[in-house]
Amino acid sequence: MKRRTLLATGTTAAMAAVLGAPLRAQEPLKVGFVYVGPINDGGWTQHHHHSAKEMEEHFGGAVELLYQESVPEGPDAERVMTQMVRQGCKLIFTTSFGYMDPTINVAARFPDVKFEHATGYKTAENVSAYSARFYEGRAIQGTLAGRMTKSNKIGYIGSVPIPEVVRGINSAFIHARKVNPDVEFKIVWIFEWLNPAKEADAAKVLIEQGCDVILQHTDSTAPHAAAKEAGNVYTFGQAADMAEFGPMPRISSIIDNWAPYYIERTQAVLDGTWTSVNTWDGIGAGMVGIGEISSAVPEEYKAEAEAMRDAIAAGDYHPFTGPINKQDGSPWLAEGDVADDGTLAGLSFYVEGIEGDIPS
Amino acid sequence: MDLSAINPILLLASLMVAATPIMLAAIGELVVERAGVLNLGVEGMMITGAACGMIFAYNTGNAWLGFAGAAAGGMALSFLFAILTQYFLSNQVATGLALTLFGLGLSALLGQNYAEARPPAFPKMDIPILSDIPVLGPIAFNHDPMVYVGLILVAGVWAFLKFSRAGLVLRAVGENHEAAHALGYHVIRIRILAILFGGACAGLGGAYISLVRVPQWTEGMTAGAGWIALAIVVFAGWKPVRLLLGAYLFGGVTVLQLNLQAAGLAIPVEYLSMSPYIATILVLVILSAGRAPGSLGKTFHASR
Repeated sequence: MKRRTLLATGTTAAMAAVLGAPLRAQEPLKVGFVYVGPINDGGWTQHHHHSAKEMEEHFGGAVELLYQESVPEGPDAERVMTQMVRQGCKLIFTTSFGYMDPTINVAARFPDVKFEHATGYKTAENVSAYSARFYEGRAIQGTLAGRMTKSNKIGYIGSVPIPEVVRGINSAFIHARKVNPDVEFKIVWIFEWLNPAKEADAAKVLIEQGCDVILQHTDSTAPHAAAKEAGNVYTFGQAADMAEFGPMPRISSIIDNWAPYYIERTQAVLDGTWTSVNTWDGIGAGMVGIGEISSAVPEEYKAEAEAMRDAIAAGDYHPFTGPINKQDGSPWLAEGDVADDGTLAGLSFYVEGIEGDIPS
Repeated sequence: MDLSAINPILLLASLMVAATPIMLAAIGELVVERAGVLNLGVEGMMITGAACGMIFAYNTGNAWLGFAGAAAGGMALSFLFAILTQYFLSNQVATGLALTLFGLGLSALLGQNYAEARPPAFPKMDIPILSDIPVLGPIAFNHDPMVYVGLILVAGVWAFLKFSRAGLVLRAVGENHEAAHALGYHVIRIRILAILFGGACAGLGGAYISLVRVPQWTEGMTAGAGWIALAIVVFAGWKPVRLLLGAYLFGGVTVLQLNLQAAGLAIPVEYLSMSPYIATILVLVILSAGRAPGSLGKTFHASR
C-alpha cells in the first residue's frame, strides 16, 4: 500500500470513528454474564440468569445480554471474560466466588470496562463486589430446623469451605440451638457447588445417620429427592424456591433475587455514574427472599419464623448478636454486641457447639 | 466423633448403589478393551445415556424403557466411534477423547428441556424370603433391579470370556489381531460388536445416575464417573472379578468417607475426599495388575 493511500485510509478511518461515535451511542449496551453452572440448574445460576433476563427486559432494547454457561473457576474464566470484552461488553458480571482473582486480573487489563463480581471481597477501580446476606435467611432456616427436628440431628451439606458457607452454617446453628438446645449438626463437605450424584449420596448418608432436617449449600434438588424418598425428612430450597418439592420435604427456602441490583448497576453504566462499590444486601433490600413456609410447619413455628424474617428486614435484629463464643470456647461477641461486616466477610471459624473442623 | 452413628448394614447397602454406575460402564469397557480397542469416550457415552434415559423414561412413564433408551443412546454414540476407528482407521485415543467432549455437549442439548423433569419411580425389588435374612437381606437383597442387572452382566462377561468359544475369539482378536485375521476371524466385525456392547453398558451406567441415584437430569451430572470406570478396568487387570471388587471398593470408600465426615471423624476432610481414589488404586495395584491385551489401541487393517 502506498503511503498516500495509507494516510487516506487512516483519515477515513478517523473520520468514521469521529462520525461513528454518536451512532455507536445508540447501539445497545452490551452486558456480559459469566455463569458457573448451566442456566437450568434449578438453583444458583438459574436465578442469576432470571435476574439478568429481567434486567434486559427492563431496559428494552437499550441493553444486550451476553452470557456464557458452565465456565470453570480459574484461568478459563479469564479467557471467557477477555472474549466478552472483545465482543464489546462494557459491563461484566462474574457470578461465582472462584472468579474473584480472574476478574481482578482481567479488569486490570481493560480499565474502561466495568466488572461486578459476586460473593467475593476484592474490589478495584473498575471492579465492584456484590453479595447477599444469605446468613439472614439461614437464621430463619435454623429456627425452623430446630423446631421441626425430632431426632435433634440436623444435616448440612457444605459445598466449598469459604466464608459465605461458614457464615451460613454458624447462623443456622446458632438459631437452631436457640430454640432447641439439644440440636447437633452433622456437616458433610462435597467440595463442589453442583454435583447431583454427590449431593444425593451426602443427603442419603445424613439421613441414614439419623438427621431428619437437611440444609444444603449446594445448588441441585438432589437432596430433596433423597429426602422425599426417605419420607419424614425436611429440606430447604437453596438459591431457588424449589417449590416443586413442597409442602414436604421442602418447608421453606432462600431465594436469590439479583434483578434490582442488576438494573441499578446497569443504569449507572448507562448514565455514566458507575463507581466501584461493595454491596452486601439482605432480606431488607430484597436481595434475599424467604420462600413461602409450607403447610407442613405448625402455625406457631411459622409465625415465629416470619416474625424473625420481619425483624431482620426492619433491621431490628442481627443474626450474629452476642453472646456468641467461638468453637474453642473463647468469647467472640459479648452480650448484645453485633458482628461487624469485616469479621463476617472473612469468617473462618465455627461457633461454640459445632463439632468438626473447617477444611482449610 | 460418634462412629456408632454409622450403621454398617445401611453402609454396605448404599455401597452397592454407589458402585453400580461405575460397574456398568466399566464392564462394558472391559469387553471393548479385551477386543483390543481403547475407547476413551466412556464419560461421553455415560452422560448421553443419562440424558437419553431421562428423556425416554419421562416421556413413556416407564423406567425400564428409559434404561432401554439409554442403552440405545450410548450405543449410537459408540457406533460413531466404531465407524471412525474401524473403517476410517482414525486414532483411537483422539477419537475417544473427542467422543467424550461431543457426548457432554450433545447431552446438554438433548436434556435442555428436562432439567425440571422427574423420572417415574423405579421401585426396589423386595425379593421374598432372601430379603428377610437378617443382616444379609437388607444389604444384598433389597435393591432396585438395576443393581442385579449390573451383577448379572459382570458374571455373564466373566463366563463369556472364560468359557465360551466366542469369548475366546474375542480375546484372540484383542491379543493379536493379525493372527486372528489369519485364522479367518472377522476382526473388524467382532470389534464393532464389542464397541456397541461397551456403549450400551456405559449408557445404562449413566441412566442409573439420572434415573435412580439422583434422580433428575443436570448437565455434566456424571462428573467424571466414566474416567473412574476407565481407570478401574486398567487397575483390575482386565479381569471381570477384580473389576467388581474395584467398583465395590470405590463405591464403598466413597460412601464411607461421607459417613465418617458426618460422624465427625477427626481426619481432615481433604484426606477423606481423596481416599476412594487412593484406596482403589492401592488395592488393585497390590493385587498386581494383569497384562494389557496385546493389540490394545492398535489400528487394524487387513492389508497390513
